[in-house]
Amino acid sequence: MSEENKKKIMFTVRKPPHGTIYVYEGLEVKLIMAAYDADISVVFIDDGVYALKAGQDTRELGIKGFEATYGVLVDYEIQKVFVDRKSMEERGLTEDDLLVIGEDEDTEEPIRPKMVDSSEIAAMMAQQHNILSF
Amino acid sequence: MLHTVNKSPFQNSSLESCMRFTQPGDVILLMEDGVYGAVSGTAKAPLVEAALARKVRVCVLGADLKARALNDTIKGTEITDYAGFVDLVAENKIHSWL
Repeated sequence: MSEENKKKIMFTVRKPPHGTIYVYEGLEVKLIMAAYDADISVVFIDDGVYALKAGQDTRELGIKGFEATYGVLVDYEIQKVFVDRKSMEERGLTEDDLLVIGEDEDTEEPIRPKMVDSSEIAAMMAQQHNILSF
Repeated sequence: MLHTVNKSPFQNSSLESCMRFTQPGDVILLMEDGVYGAVSGTAKAPLVEAALARKVRVCVLGADLKARALNDTIKGTEITDYAGFVDLVAENKIHSWL
């Protein structure tokens, strides 16, 4: 399927991880949709940015956690991963606090989510066929 | 774009966040507990007033206003019914600010 004909699907994540199952379920849906050759983007807003904080250790909660899965998003051809700048700043987070979502095929450099302004996210939203919120 | 907000602005930041991601020409539909954001004279009313000033349409589901005994909505907001809700959904791409 050519790039123009692909269905553009955006996921927004606005909940923090672990307190509810939203972030985990959202990740599952992203991986499923990735199998359908869609043009997927993921945007983390508000407490959703906490889902991407590096170093999450859920062993004492007795749950599996998903940092490892987020770590291979690029392998699932999900490269368009964005965080809202204001949400990050309000929470005292910088791009260095975020987990790695894969590595560049050629240079093996780690790929991290990209920090963008709300106006850029709004423009991207307007171009989607569907937007799913988690 | 249609943005739906179903939480009170006094409960969480959904309405406030939604505002940052709207562009002129977008529509915000306040429904369920979201309709508290459309009441005039509250501490959160400036959110909707600022959106209207930026040429963002703000619609409010009338059934939810009535159920909560809310009559005094912000000037410029549009009260809609379920048929209007369906029209908005059919005409726009949607993002739900859950």
